[in-house]
Amino acid sequence: MDKKKRIVVIGATSAIAEHCCRLWVRQGPVELILVARNVALAERIAADLQARGGDVGVSVETMDFLSTKAIADAVARWTAQAPVDVALIAHGVLSQQQPCQDNISRARESLEVNGVSPVLFAEAFAGAMERAGKGTLALIGSVAGDRGRRANYVYGASKALMDRYAQGMQHRFAGTGVKIVLIKPGPTDTPMTAPYKAQGRKLASVESVAEGTVNAIERGTPVAYLPRKWQLIMFVVRNLPNFIFNRLNI
Amino acid sequence: MSRQLQDTGPAIPIGMGRSYGDACLNPGGTLLDTRRLDRFHSFDPEMGRLVCEAGVQLREIQRAMIPRGWSLPVIPGTQIVSVGGAIANDVHGKNHHRVGSFGHHVRNLRLLRTDGQIVECSPGVRPDLFAATVGGIGLTGLIAVAELQLQPVTGPWLDTEILPYRTLDEFLTLADDSEPLWEHTVSWLDCTSGRRTRGIFLRANPAVEQSGKPPVPRRRAVPFTPPLSLFNQLSLPVFNTLYYHLNSYRGGTRRRPFETFLFPLDDVQDWNRLYGPRGFYQYQLVVPRDAGPAALREILDIIAKSGQGSFLAVIKTFGERASPGLLSFPMPGITLSLDFPNRGARTERLFVELDAVVRAAGGRLYLAKDARMPRDLFEASYPKASELERFRDPGMSSGMSRRLMGR
Repeated sequence: MDKKKRIVVIGATSAIAEHCCRLWVRQGPVELILVARNVALAERIAADLQARGGDVGVSVETMDFLSTKAIADAVARWTAQAPVDVALIAHGVLSQQQPCQDNISRARESLEVNGVSPVLFAEAFAGAMERAGKGTLALIGSVAGDRGRRANYVYGASKALMDRYAQGMQHRFAGTGVKIVLIKPGPTDTPMTAPYKAQGRKLASVESVAEGTVNAIERGTPVAYLPRKWQLIMFVVRNLPNFIFNRLNI
Repeated sequence: MSRQLQDTGPAIPIGMGRSYGDACLNPGGTLLDTRRLDRFHSFDPEMGRLVCEAGVQLREIQRAMIPRGWSLPVIPGTQIVSVGGAIANDVHGKNHHRVGSFGHHVRNLRLLRTDGQIVECSPGVRPDLFAATVGGIGLTGLIAVAELQLQPVTGPWLDTEILPYRTLDEFLTLADDSEPLWEHTVSWLDCTSGRRTRGIFLRANPAVEQSGKPPVPRRRAVPFTPPLSLFNQLSLPVFNTLYYHLNSYRGGTRRRPFETFLFPLDDVQDWNRLYGPRGFYQYQLVVPRDAGPAALREILDIIAKSGQGSFLAVIKTFGERASPGLLSFPMPGITLSLDFPNRGARTERLFVELDAVVRAAGGRLYLAKDARMPRDLFEASYPKASELERFRDPGMSSGMSRRLMGR
């Protein structure tokens, strides 16, 4: 085999990201840079990946996810060491709608963490990948970004920002070696969605969503709804006329 | 986490929920879902020692470790069980005659007790608590972390052989002859054929030639629950006859990936649905070797007369190695595992008859599969159960423990 694959994961404690890492470790030699706000948890994930894999290098870093300087510096440092094959941008919080409406500073927090921060990371990586002429940049969006709904439009809007940003980058890198992949998971069984699970909602398994994510990154799929049925569901949701949509409690 | 445990009231840990009975059920109480305790902590590639959390699935360990030359020594008929469940039920595999049960390969355990204590135990440290926990169906506390001794393997391929047999004695001879030479032995038995016992004996060894990646198994699923069990009085003799002749015809030696040989049902998701909405019971018994053959003949007679057959009848001989847990199931002898579509009182009457034979022969039933054994049979067949009492975590209780131990 050739050299180790080099993968940077932003938001490495995300359950989907963690399961992606497990699959990459299983696939072969890999160097993983895990970037997380919760360092203690990231260290446990790193130990897990190290124990699973043979030829695996794992390092953990933390930083301010909202500081443009920290983002630019960190990405410059990672990409200067050696080209990054895959950057997976996975961080986010599932913010509740009501607190965001009651207090706009909560809304701002949600928009920044779920929308602004990920696309700034993406922009920083895009420059380096453009110079290297290759690399795959993957963002974890959400079906919630496809149409604003009263139940969670703050979260949805931040994911919609990501959506349009990824679309623009795909246009920019069309026909080059740089691939932009937007993952749109439906509700997935992770610690983030535990409240939904408690309500008895049926959620996709995180293993299956991670498998779909790793495959989409491998193939460079521009937009991947996971599980795939959400592509159809969201097609319908996007195209429902307002007079019906406004009566739905979704 | 130990603080969280203190507020839960009567609770019982659950892993993948693959026990067939009420070992991991707790009507009116709390279930402690361990599925997110799914991280490896460390692996020593020199000694083959793995430290991992109790919610890790056995399949995850195999997938990570076989390419690195190591394997779990003991895996039951499915890989989709958790490490914690495998310990708490002290599960066995098709190689019991070689390596004993799962608990024989546990080097250390970390238990969380509902009083907030974190206790380590191993065969050397607090061995009495260790023996109570291995096979202890979760009653001594929540197993959080375990250190497991793996065994070296050369690859994922097995050399397998299929041999049809026509009498119980023929089976026993095949088992005795195979044990010294073959790592895995198991047998499928047609229990609809009554006295004219027939079956298929399977044995396997790691292949010498390990080249080539095994194919990714095709996963199938049973999409919905049929309104009636597909296994019934009419279909069972047909299925059994077909299965017997198909395998006799295919007989002989073949190289197969270990997964399809050892875990045929793992690739059929939700196979239990085939039994319809009323479901089925598993009945797995072991009888000591001396009384075994006579008892088994009687059992097969009773089943044939009852007209309630079983499709997945599996028979295997256990090795001599003493089991590590107070409530461990394996004993030197012959084990037979059956499943019966649930037909209410008729099925229970059959079980009562089978219980009597098992009791008279000095055998016992497997807790991981049991949902209905009477308490007196449990007490008679698990004489060490009373020793478990002083190691129990007072905050832990399950449907099974209340049924069999009164609390």
